[in-house]
Amino acid sequence: MARGIKDKVAILGMGCSRFGERWDMDADNLMVEAFDEAMADAGLDVTQIDAAWLGVGFDAQNIGPSGLPLSIALRLPNIGVTKVENYCASGTESFRGAVYAVASGAADIALAMGVEKLKDTGYGGLPVRSRGTTYDMLGVTGSAPGNFAQIASAYGAAYGIDKGDLKRAMAHVSVKSHANGAKNPKAHLRKPVDMDTVLNAPMIAEPLGLFDCCGVSDGAACAIVTTPDIARGLGKRDLVTVKALQIAASNGYELQYAGGWNGSSFLPTRIAAKRAYAEAGVDRPRQQISLTEVHDCFSITELVTMEDLSLSDNGQAWRDILNGDFDADGRTPCQIDGGLKCFGHPIGASGLRMLYENYLQLLGRAGPRQRSTPPSLALSHNLGGMPSQNVSSIAIVGLSNA
Amino acid sequence: MDEVGILSFGAYAPRKRLSRTAIYEANKWFASGLKGLAKGERAIGDWDEDSITMAVEAGRDALRGFDRSAIGSLSLASTTLPFADRLNSGIVKEALNLPDAVAASDAAGSQRAGLASLVQALQAAPQKSAPHLCLAADMRRTRVASELELLCGDAAAGVLVGRGKVVARVLGSFSITTDFLDHYRSARMEFDYGYEPRWVRDEGYLGIGGRTLSEGLVAMGVKAASINRLIVAIAVRGVAEALAKKAGIAAEAVADTLQLKIGEAGAAHPLLMLVAALEAAKPGDKILVLAFGQGAELLLLEVTDAIGSLPARNGVVGSLNGGFSDKNYMRWLAHRKLLDLETGMRAELDQKQPSTTLWRHRKGVLGLVGGRCTKTGTVQFPKSDISVNPNERALGTQEEYPLAEIPARIVSFTADSLTYSLAPPCYYGMIDFQGGGRMTAEFADIFDGETVEVGDAMRMVFRIKAVDEARGLPKYFWKAAPAR
Repeated sequence: MARGIKDKVAILGMGCSRFGERWDMDADNLMVEAFDEAMADAGLDVTQIDAAWLGVGFDAQNIGPSGLPLSIALRLPNIGVTKVENYCASGTESFRGAVYAVASGAADIALAMGVEKLKDTGYGGLPVRSRGTTYDMLGVTGSAPGNFAQIASAYGAAYGIDKGDLKRAMAHVSVKSHANGAKNPKAHLRKPVDMDTVLNAPMIAEPLGLFDCCGVSDGAACAIVTTPDIARGLGKRDLVTVKALQIAASNGYELQYAGGWNGSSFLPTRIAAKRAYAEAGVDRPRQQISLTEVHDCFSITELVTMEDLSLSDNGQAWRDILNGDFDADGRTPCQIDGGLKCFGHPIGASGLRMLYENYLQLLGRAGPRQRSTPPSLALSHNLGGMPSQNVSSIAIVGLSNA
Repeated sequence: MDEVGILSFGAYAPRKRLSRTAIYEANKWFASGLKGLAKGERAIGDWDEDSITMAVEAGRDALRGFDRSAIGSLSLASTTLPFADRLNSGIVKEALNLPDAVAASDAAGSQRAGLASLVQALQAAPQKSAPHLCLAADMRRTRVASELELLCGDAAAGVLVGRGKVVARVLGSFSITTDFLDHYRSARMEFDYGYEPRWVRDEGYLGIGGRTLSEGLVAMGVKAASINRLIVAIAVRGVAEALAKKAGIAAEAVADTLQLKIGEAGAAHPLLMLVAALEAAKPGDKILVLAFGQGAELLLLEVTDAIGSLPARNGVVGSLNGGFSDKNYMRWLAHRKLLDLETGMRAELDQKQPSTTLWRHRKGVLGLVGGRCTKTGTVQFPKSDISVNPNERALGTQEEYPLAEIPARIVSFTADSLTYSLAPPCYYGMIDFQGGGRMTAEFADIFDGETVEVGDAMRMVFRIKAVDEARGLPKYFWKAAPAR
C-alpha cells in the first residue's frame, strides 16, 4: 500500500524566466535563465545535481527530441536526463520525475525543467500537428479553443445556465487574471482589461472570445528538489514541501461511452483532486487550500475546474466567480500571478511556473502579489489534452509544518 | 410477381443552391450575353463534396429498406471521377458497407455514361443472382463566365436493378454511337471545350437525338403516343419540346429538366430526372429516357403496381425541399479551387495518409463501422480490443457494428473560427448515437447564420475530411449534419 509523498520531498530552489515573445532567445537561453535563478536560490553547484527531467510539449517545433538539449544547454555533469511529455501537463510531469527520484532515494538532489519556445511557428496559438496516424483519420483537427469551448455548451445545457450569465462569468475570470498579471514583472501580458472589452471581443470558438483564450509564450521554469533533511543540512530554514502529487488520465470513457460523461467537467481532475486531497490530508479544501494555480488555458476551463477541485458546488462555479470568490482578495485566490492567461503558457514550463508562484507565496516572496493572509497550502492543477481525453496532474505544496 | 427491373431508386442534390443571378452579376462586365441563362438556382456541392461523396448519398437513398449484404455489384458513372486510377466505386462500396464479395466498376467518358450503365445493368440483370446498384454523379468543373457554369448543377442519382418486386420493368432500349464532337475534355485539359451551340442543337440534340428517338421507337416496336413521360436530359431550352414534337410524343409528357432548381448534373442527369419521374409515376406509365453524348442512349420503362410500395426516401423531391439559397459566388469559386485563396499557415499541416493505416481501419474510416461488445451490448467507435464499458472491460468481445445509418444527438459543440476550414466557422462536437456509441465529429451543412444546440438531432454524411494537397489525395470520413 503506497504511503504517499507528503513531506518526503522539499523544494530547494526555483527559477522562472520572463514569459513572453522572447524573439532573441532560443529554448536553450530560456532554460539557462531559469536555471541560473534556481541555482542561486538553492545555493548549489551544478555538480551537486544527481538527475534531471525535461518537460516539453512540442519538441518537434522547438527544442528537438530527447533530454540531450537540457544536458547540453546547462552542461550537466553527464547525469541522467529524462525527457517527458504529457501535452500541457508536461511541466508537472517533469516535477513528478524529479520528486519521485528523491523520494525513492535514487537521487539526493534532482532538477525538473520545463521549457517551450513557440514563437518560431510563425503564427499565434498552438501549432497544428498530427495526433497520431489513427487519430488523424478518425478525429477532428480542431484548435485548442474549439476543443475546450465545447465544455461551455455542455455545462450550460447540464445546469440550464443562461448564455449571457455564463459569458459574464467567463469574462470575470479573464478580467481577474489580467488584474493579477499586471502586478507580475515576469508576465507576458501586463495590462488590465475590463468586462466590456472581454464581452465584445471577436469570437474565436463559440462562445470563447479573444480574451477567453490564453496565448502561447516562450519561457522556461525549473525546480530543484531534495529531501527535507538534505535541505536543512544545506542551511534552509523555511521549507516548502510537496504534500501531494497526483495524476489521472482519461481511458476513453468520456470520449467513447455514450450516455456517460455529459461534457461539463474534467473527470481526471476530479479523480486526481480526490487522491491529492487524501494524500495531503485535506478534507475541507475550501478552508484549507490557500491558493490555486489552475490550468486556465481558457476561461471556461478555469470555471469548471473550480467545481472539479470541490472549491465550488456542481453548477455553481459561475456564481461563485461572479461573486469574487476566486479574485486575489477572495476566499480562494486563483491565478494570483496572472495564470496561463497573462503570465503566459509556454507549454512545457507552465506546470513548473504554477509551482514557482505557489513556492514564492508560501515563502512570503511574492511582492505586490503576496496574498494578504499568509498561505499554508497551495494547489497547482496542470492539464494536458482536451476535455474528452486528458491528463490532469495536481500538486499541493505547503510549508513543512503545515 | 418476381421479374427483373428497377427495384428501387434514390437521389441527392447538395443543400446549397447558388443564385444564377449572383453568378451573372459578378461576370456581366465580361459576359453580358449570358443574361438569358441567369434564372433560378443551381445546386453546388460544399467544399467537402465530390462525385464520390454525392454518389454515396444517392446510394444510401436507393438502398433504403434493402439488405446491403445481399447486393451483388455496383457501378459509378461520372465524367468527374476523383480518380483516374483507384476504383471510385470501390470507395463507394466501403462507404455503403457492402460485402467484400461484390463486383464494382466505374463508367466514364461521356455525358451518356449514367444512362448507358443503367441500360447495361438492366440487360445483365437476368443473368445475375443479386441486385446491382447503378450510381451516377457529376460535379462538372466549369470556367468562370461560361455558359456551362450557369447550366450545370451538382447532383447524384442511384437505381437498384435486379430480380424481385420491381417498380418498373424494361420494355426496350436502343443506342446510337457516333463521334460527334459537340464538346470534349481530354486528359490534358482542366475544362471542357465546346463548339457552336447552334450547330450542337441542330445537328446534335435534334439531329442525332431525333434520329435516336425515331429509330428507337421503331426498333422497340412502340408508338410515340403511348409515352407518358419523356425524359430528355438536355438543359438547353426548347430542345426536349422540339424532340417530342418531331417524334409525335405529347407535349405534356415532356419532363421538367430541373434546370431552375438544380441544373444539369452531367452523367447523373438522366438518372436524376428518371428518379423524379418515378416519384410522380402511376402504375402503367411508360417512361422514355434519352441521354445524349457522342450519339445517344434510349431506355423505355413501364411502371408497375409496386411503385407505391417503396419506403419513403429523399429522392429528387427531398433534394428540392432541402435547399439553402446562396448568393456567395466567390465562396463557391474558392471551394472549387477556381480562386487562389490565402489559406494561411494553419493550412500547412501535412495531410499525408499512410495506405497501411487506412487499410487496417478502412471499415471504420470509410464505413463508420464501430464495435459492439457481445457481452454487454456496449457500442463504441472505433472498435477496440478492450471495451470502453467501465463496468466490464472485456477483451476481444466486439463484433462489427455499422453506425452510418443510426441517428445521433449533440452532446457538446463549438463553432471554431481559428482552425483552418474552408467553411468557417468550423462546427464540431461530441455526438451520441441512438442505442449507444459516441464520437467527436466535424459537423457539415451548417450555413451562414444557421446554428445548432445541445440535444439537436443529427445524421451522418460521407464527406471529404481533408485533402493532402501535396500528394493529390482527398481523404474521406463521416461528418454529422443536422437532421432536417
